[in-house]
Amino acid sequence: METRSEMTNARRCAVALAGNPNVGKSTVFNALTGMRQHTGNWPGKTVSVARGACRASRHALEVIDTPGTYSLIAHSAEEETARNFICFGAPDAAIVVCDATCLERNLNLALQTMEVCPRVLICVNLMDEARKRGIHVDLDALSRALGAPVVGTAARSRSTLAPLVDTLDALLDVPARECRRVPYPAPLEAALAALEPTLRAALGGRLSARWLALRLLENDGALLGEAQEYLGADMRALPEVRAALEQARAALDAAGLTGDKLRDAVVSGLTGEAGRVCACAAVPTGQGYGPRDRRLDRLLTSRRTGYPIMLLMLAAVFYITISGANYPSELLMSAFGRVEEALRAALGALGAPAWLRGALVEGIWRVLSWVVAVMLPPMAIFFPLFALLEDSGYLPRVAYMLDRPLKRCRACGKQCLTMCMGLGCNAAGVVGCRIIDSSRERLIAILTNSLMPCNGRFPTLILLIGTFFTALPGPLGSVWAAICLTLLIAVSVAATLVASALLSRTLLKGLPSSFVLELPPYRRPQFAQAIARALMDRIVFVLGRAAAVAAPAGLFIWLMANVAPGGVSLMSRMAGALDPLARLMGLDGVILSAFILGFPANEIVLPLAVMAYLEQGSVSALSGAHAVRELLAANGWTWLTALNTMLFSLMHWPCSTTLLTISRETGSLRWTAAALALPTAMGMAVCMLTTLLMGPFVR
Amino acid sequence: MKGCSLLSDLQPGQRATVRQLTTEGGMRRRLMDIGLREGAAVECVGRSPWGDPVAYLICGALIALRREDCAGIWIGPTDGRRSADGDAKRND
Repeated sequence: METRSEMTNARRCAVALAGNPNVGKSTVFNALTGMRQHTGNWPGKTVSVARGACRASRHALEVIDTPGTYSLIAHSAEEETARNFICFGAPDAAIVVCDATCLERNLNLALQTMEVCPRVLICVNLMDEARKRGIHVDLDALSRALGAPVVGTAARSRSTLAPLVDTLDALLDVPARECRRVPYPAPLEAALAALEPTLRAALGGRLSARWLALRLLENDGALLGEAQEYLGADMRALPEVRAALEQARAALDAAGLTGDKLRDAVVSGLTGEAGRVCACAAVPTGQGYGPRDRRLDRLLTSRRTGYPIMLLMLAAVFYITISGANYPSELLMSAFGRVEEALRAALGALGAPAWLRGALVEGIWRVLSWVVAVMLPPMAIFFPLFALLEDSGYLPRVAYMLDRPLKRCRACGKQCLTMCMGLGCNAAGVVGCRIIDSSRERLIAILTNSLMPCNGRFPTLILLIGTFFTALPGPLGSVWAAICLTLLIAVSVAATLVASALLSRTLLKGLPSSFVLELPPYRRPQFAQAIARALMDRIVFVLGRAAAVAAPAGLFIWLMANVAPGGVSLMSRMAGALDPLARLMGLDGVILSAFILGFPANEIVLPLAVMAYLEQGSVSALSGAHAVRELLAANGWTWLTALNTMLFSLMHWPCSTTLLTISRETGSLRWTAAALALPTAMGMAVCMLTTLLMGPFVR
Repeated sequence: MKGCSLLSDLQPGQRATVRQLTTEGGMRRRLMDIGLREGAAVECVGRSPWGDPVAYLICGALIALRREDCAGIWIGPTDGRRSADGDAKRND
């Protein structure tokens, strides 16, 4: 047993977690760190570097999860993050997670990592999937052939992680040795022999000389820039290095190994070695994708059934969300209504002045309780459902099917994945755009992301559909609401396509770039775990946001409605000023004010509008969703108003968090302003058009 | 290349072997990283509803590629043995 002082003295060792996309790396990360981390098995799920702590018996570890990448040659911002950490983050050890069903291809990254990190552990994951497909991997033989410790895991079951941690412990005890050598074609080896000794002397052990020599010969500008930053000096500036480099390059030129041919030689060295290792260890060639996957893909992505099933799935998710959230919402609303009465009574009994009672009960409590009652149940259902879809491997198929229309708009198919992320939270969607290689297409994806309604807007849409567009009772009502919501999402997608096409013909002109997407085998999602994790995430998030944003917003709106210089409340002044513009859009001044005041977070828009109407004195309290309808109708709402509100909710400026994220991701004030202006202009135009066309149909 | 066709000519259900890669630069490296090297076995598994992109089975994984990105991938009929291990003999 370790004594407390021994543990505190133990240095925290940095362990990098690397691997191809879709190998279950994030599952391994979660299992090692026990952290609630969002897992997804399509590229881009782990877009920013995530860290977590893990306790081994002799070391305290900090595990850093890097984005999935096929090779240390980076093609996108995300792959660069992985590359930079593994090469220049100086981790104490690296774990390369491989897929047991597809080992040879994974060894490409494993070998590259072993060339730069002295301590590498190979984690062969998905052993359970391999067993199911009858693939047997001889881990000991693989370890001997590779020259690194190999541990087999099925990260879904925690028990398999113990040997991994133990092996890691043992590995960290061993002093760092020379990095593994991968044999390259003869001319390249000769060039390396000329360059390596000089570099080794100059580097003094900070980086693998052989690895840096290879990179200098390949001449990848971005990577060498990072190396320079890490070493604090440009190796090429040293005269002896420059001389050796020229000599090496001359030798390569003579052998005809330049440009693409040189890179081919490097690749052939790596693939040759991977092949030799697999042959030595009798690793069966990849059979990850099986007959069941074929059948499923024939059904889910064929010409006749692909799109209908996709729309049906979306509608089904919405139906479950809407019908599942109805009862809990009503329950919570009436419960909170009772608490409101009790609060008012209690404050009255305590002799609190009217303004304090108003601020606390009608201001803070009302908006807070609304956000929790109306927003929490749908979010708590939608997120876990979406997590299940992600876990199963279906979402890349959606990107696969939507690539063509996106390409026609000169955008990238992967934008579809960021749009899906935006359905959860637009800020997450914006960060997720790092998976897009081309910076032009990435910018298009960032600017159009807020056209997809985030979870904060869903409850508003659902409520308005429910109150103005559903005359059907019971379950049929929910079916119809689900269909309406699906239609609205289709409108969002259409708006995104139009906006993308517009951007690529004006501000962001250019041609579509390449698109390479892996479609992982279908995996049965771990229902209990995914649901529990997503549920906890959402509940904590919503409650946190309610406290941080909704409560102050409620106070603010109460002040706006009750502070009345010159006899007219600030709220009325604001609504009055905005009214003419709003009427053009088929809204009214209060709604537009609510949207503007709802800038901090989208979920408070409808509560703000409702509270503003209440302050104007039409209804004294809210007892349920039907009361909301009465309130809105009493304030002049028609189905057209509701429609325009929903359309504007889909197409308006991004919320504050998203805008901040956009400014951070783009680093440009100009593009952030564009991100603000684009959806707003679209929303205003669409609302005005709708009002113009449908106006005559409203009595 | 005589006797060879492009990867995009492969129909769903057909298999082939990669004969040559004429793509250049970053895209070339990317294609090689996912397993499309000379001698690799490829199978066309299916097309998306619009006909493009197309899903190919490469090295045991299913990868979707656009038609124009396949423009430099030349294929020929499969030789009898499975050549999923890279042939390092071809050093250029």
